[in-house]
Amino acid sequence: MFADLPLLSLLIWLPILGGIWVLLAGEQLARPIALLVSLFIFVLSLPLFFEFDTTTAAMQFSERLPWLPNLDIYYHLGVDGISMPLIVLTTFTTVLVVLAAWEVIQYRAPHYLAAFLIMEGIMVGVFAALDAILFYVLWEAMLIPMFIIIGIWGGVRRVYATIKFFLYTFLGSVFMLVALLYLYAQSGSFALLDYHHLAIPMTAQIFIFLAFLVAFAVKVPMWPVHTWLPDAHVEAPTGGSVILAAIMLKMGTYGFLRFSLPITPDASRELDWLMILLSLVAVIYIGFVAIIQKDMKKLVAYSSISHMGFVTLGFFIAFRILANPELTNEAAMNGAVLGMSGGIVQMISHGFISGAMFLCIGVLYDRLHTRQIADYGGVANVMPRFAMFAVFFGMANSGLPGTSGFVGEFMVILSSMQANFWIAFLAATTLILGAAYTLWMVKRVVFGAIVNEKVSTLTDVNAREILILTVLVIAVLAMGVWPEPVLKVIEPTVQNLLEHISHSKVM
Amino acid sequence: MQNIYLTIVLAPLIGAIVAGLFKVSRRVAHSVTITGVAISCLLSFYAFKHLIIDGGATFNETLYTWMVIGDVRFEVGFLVDNLTVIMMSVVSFVSLMVHVYTIGYMHDDPGYQRFFSYISLFTFSMLMLVMSNNFLQLFFGWEAVGLVSYLLIGFWYTRDTAIYANLKAFLVNRVGDFGFLLGIALVLMYFNSLNYAEVFGLAEEQAETVIQIIPGVDWSLMSVMCILLFIGAMGKSAQVPLHVWLPDSMEGPTPISALIHAATMVTAGIFMVARMSPLFELSETALSFILIIGSITALFMGFLGLVQNDIKRVVAYSTLSQLGYMTVALGASAYSAGIFHLFTHAFFKALLFLGAGSVIIAMHHEQDMRNMGGLRKYMPITYITGLIGSLALIGFPGFAGFYSKDAIIMAVGHAERFGSGFAYFALVLGVFITALYSFRMFFLVFHGKERMDHHTQEHLHETPAVVTVPLMLLAIPSILAGAIFVGPMLYQGLFDGAIFVHHEHNPFHADHYHGVVGFTLHGLMGLPFFLAMAGVATAYFLYMVRTDIPAKIQAKFAWLHQILIDKYGFDRFNEWFFAGGARKLGSTFWSVGDVKIIDDGMVNGSARVVAWYASIMRHLQTGYLYHYAFAMIIGLAVLLGVFVLSGTA
Repeated sequence: MFADLPLLSLLIWLPILGGIWVLLAGEQLARPIALLVSLFIFVLSLPLFFEFDTTTAAMQFSERLPWLPNLDIYYHLGVDGISMPLIVLTTFTTVLVVLAAWEVIQYRAPHYLAAFLIMEGIMVGVFAALDAILFYVLWEAMLIPMFIIIGIWGGVRRVYATIKFFLYTFLGSVFMLVALLYLYAQSGSFALLDYHHLAIPMTAQIFIFLAFLVAFAVKVPMWPVHTWLPDAHVEAPTGGSVILAAIMLKMGTYGFLRFSLPITPDASRELDWLMILLSLVAVIYIGFVAIIQKDMKKLVAYSSISHMGFVTLGFFIAFRILANPELTNEAAMNGAVLGMSGGIVQMISHGFISGAMFLCIGVLYDRLHTRQIADYGGVANVMPRFAMFAVFFGMANSGLPGTSGFVGEFMVILSSMQANFWIAFLAATTLILGAAYTLWMVKRVVFGAIVNEKVSTLTDVNAREILILTVLVIAVLAMGVWPEPVLKVIEPTVQNLLEHISHSKVM
Repeated sequence: MQNIYLTIVLAPLIGAIVAGLFKVSRRVAHSVTITGVAISCLLSFYAFKHLIIDGGATFNETLYTWMVIGDVRFEVGFLVDNLTVIMMSVVSFVSLMVHVYTIGYMHDDPGYQRFFSYISLFTFSMLMLVMSNNFLQLFFGWEAVGLVSYLLIGFWYTRDTAIYANLKAFLVNRVGDFGFLLGIALVLMYFNSLNYAEVFGLAEEQAETVIQIIPGVDWSLMSVMCILLFIGAMGKSAQVPLHVWLPDSMEGPTPISALIHAATMVTAGIFMVARMSPLFELSETALSFILIIGSITALFMGFLGLVQNDIKRVVAYSTLSQLGYMTVALGASAYSAGIFHLFTHAFFKALLFLGAGSVIIAMHHEQDMRNMGGLRKYMPITYITGLIGSLALIGFPGFAGFYSKDAIIMAVGHAERFGSGFAYFALVLGVFITALYSFRMFFLVFHGKERMDHHTQEHLHETPAVVTVPLMLLAIPSILAGAIFVGPMLYQGLFDGAIFVHHEHNPFHADHYHGVVGFTLHGLMGLPFFLAMAGVATAYFLYMVRTDIPAKIQAKFAWLHQILIDKYGFDRFNEWFFAGGARKLGSTFWSVGDVKIIDDGMVNGSARVVAWYASIMRHLQTGYLYHYAFAMIIGLAVLLGVFVLSGTA
């Protein structure tokens, strides 16, 4: 029944129109309208999942209209097993963000909500775009609402943080634009799928790969271009942090799958050591850095970087597995699929868990207006329900089996073993590091006797907060207990991508 | 049978959910969880009857497919054979006893419902662990029991020591799980499956495989894999050097110490190695490693029990030492003896812990044995059951521990493996130590002078029935379980098909067995029996007759006493090296890497370069019209000059 609807276009433009509606509706009605719109969009995105054809790796729900035909630029949309889950994640998270803002944001609430709705449309567009220029325009446009959200509703050092955030990501994107223009010059097309089949000489591939790398590494973010993220998180309002962590970071890793790997497979193979190295640095170095953070948001921001290291590791470990002479072709392919799917699962799971972690911190911040770990302690005494959520998400963040946090890490570690023992060894240190930084924070914030008098005045989570967090608990558990439905969607696309990258494209 | 097994697992889970998530009264909380666990327990007994007495078929079925990657299926399912069914019965029975006991022990605690929810959740997790038919679900149960252990050690979360201990327990266990997960990754890589039956079926084929972890050095795949898996067991079953969390876990309420940190969870590692015997049998190296680690744990943790004054800590160190015995059994290929000792130990150690808890209740939460004494006449049931537990622990002939411990010592004596000589020595000496610390505790608590203050003394009385009935029920298997099961478990092939031992490794041959009486009589003539008696006699002499001597020994060997009090310095080293080191490394990475080099150097540095460049360029943009006009004239002159010069040339 949804086959006839331009579903993706609706998912892009309705939130944007909804955002304008919220702007016009004024203070009184802004919240219910925003909730209504975001809920509607979420429901509208569900057919993407339920009517998704899991037997093919081809683009689905495609739309293609001429936009600037003279320049070969098309309004071309479509989703595969990689982008579809991310779109649903986006519409899902936006509902939670709108709910989270409910009574917390008092200053210019309509603007705040409108910014999120507009951003939702743009982000869906980024994941759905199959035209390079359309992608690039939306990619850059996405920065604007986030810039505004941090800049207006942010903390004390918001100006420093926004400029750092903007310049960092903008600088990266410029390199991508150059690469895209080169590809256009070579192929005479802006269609992304055309680039996938474009033969490119090795040197050019390396340059293109590096240009993409700068753009995507900043977004992920990968060490050493990660320092904007902790600052941005610390200054952003709760909703901003949630979207940033849950969705925006995924843009970078999505870029690797949509651009770097299929367009420059030979360069990716050539430079896989670099990517694996950077991923492991993220897991270990950043893991250690997270341990000593004193600010809860900074800690979770570092934890995010560390977890995103698993995503990139899962993607690029594939080359090493495919090249492992000890494995049969079939076994190697299974291993590579395991790792790459693991990376994608980790992206989705991290969307739930990091979003939940930031929401939990938001719950505390709304009450006490501090993010310093040292200002808390003994929260469980006065907020027992909150403590339950905090411990649950803490455990999920530590990768406890039965939660979604386990699935991706498990898959990536298992597949890394098939590439090299030591890569798996180093990656598995996250079992210890992740538990150390997360649970040490939980211990100092949630447990213990109350030392700070203000903590004793805290009130437990209210019905709205319980609703938001419970929804996330269900998502985290569902994916942890039964990941197969999601994997079924991902696997054909990953399989296809791996077959694609295992053939050389050098002329 | 599938529905029965499913009910066994889900009944406690439902109890945990009802008691934990809904605001229910105390009565509802304990009724619903006890009902759930009672159902599990009865059905486990039924399964026990079905498999062991009626000889029913092994159950190995998939419940659902967790995920599929290519042709590798990750599944959730049950494998119920004789080994499983014994674990299920032990877990659900001890859990039921502890549930009942908790009504009395936690009577006044504000977290009553939460406690019941946790212990039922534990029962669910532990059953998932033992009933798994694959490595994935095993790992799930493995970490889930770790989670509940974390929650329960930190149950009194306002106590600093408790929340320190639970974090420590979780992290140390994670170190073990780190190895365990790598082991599982190797299993998947070489067997292309995580299903037990499939992996074990292919094990022989990989027996000769070598891998190069360090380039150029060939290692046996089986050895590497088994040692990695065993590192997981070292965490969970608290083997040196990953034992450090167990003594601290005594910060949790006593019922938990009995259920989780004595009878069930800590034995998960033993169970796991026994379950994977088809893999471990293929690696002499790994078995030797296990043998040595186990004997170090058995002996050296026993020593520590001698100097503790906290009644729970004595039992905790005794648990460590007994886990060492079980581990040694595994290392000697006497898997069935390891499981046998696990089985008997679950009863008598739960009994001892719950007995200690009963004493603690009577003493108004005083745990220092120096302030006890003479409790025999106030608490007759606790006294008698405590005596039974102690006799079972030291291996007094006829009691449960005698059979299992003797079997292990015998097996080690027969083993011809690197390290078995040391292991034999450690275990035999350990028997003396065990008897000494057990009866030191027994005499200090129940006999001698009444050293408690007057107020406590006035209120001393036997604990209520919810406490004493579980004690009595646990006392029965503490006496009988050994004599009944020694034949079937060790000699008559109860574990055939579940545990795999190479014929030449097997220390228990049916033709060497001459019935329970023969086994007992044989034990009466053995060295361990005399050492145990010597231990009891020494304890009697030191703590009943010449009570002045222990202090003198302590003064004379102050340095030794200090080492023991210091627990060989493991905690101090870990705190300094691992905890301190990680924080130091984190600060260095952060302050030097992130703040100084990246942010200050690269990010703000490039901003400064731009600013510096701009500050120079700014001088050119003065805003004065005549500067610009002048510049234009110069420019024009230069251009013209170039044009003219190039034209003429």
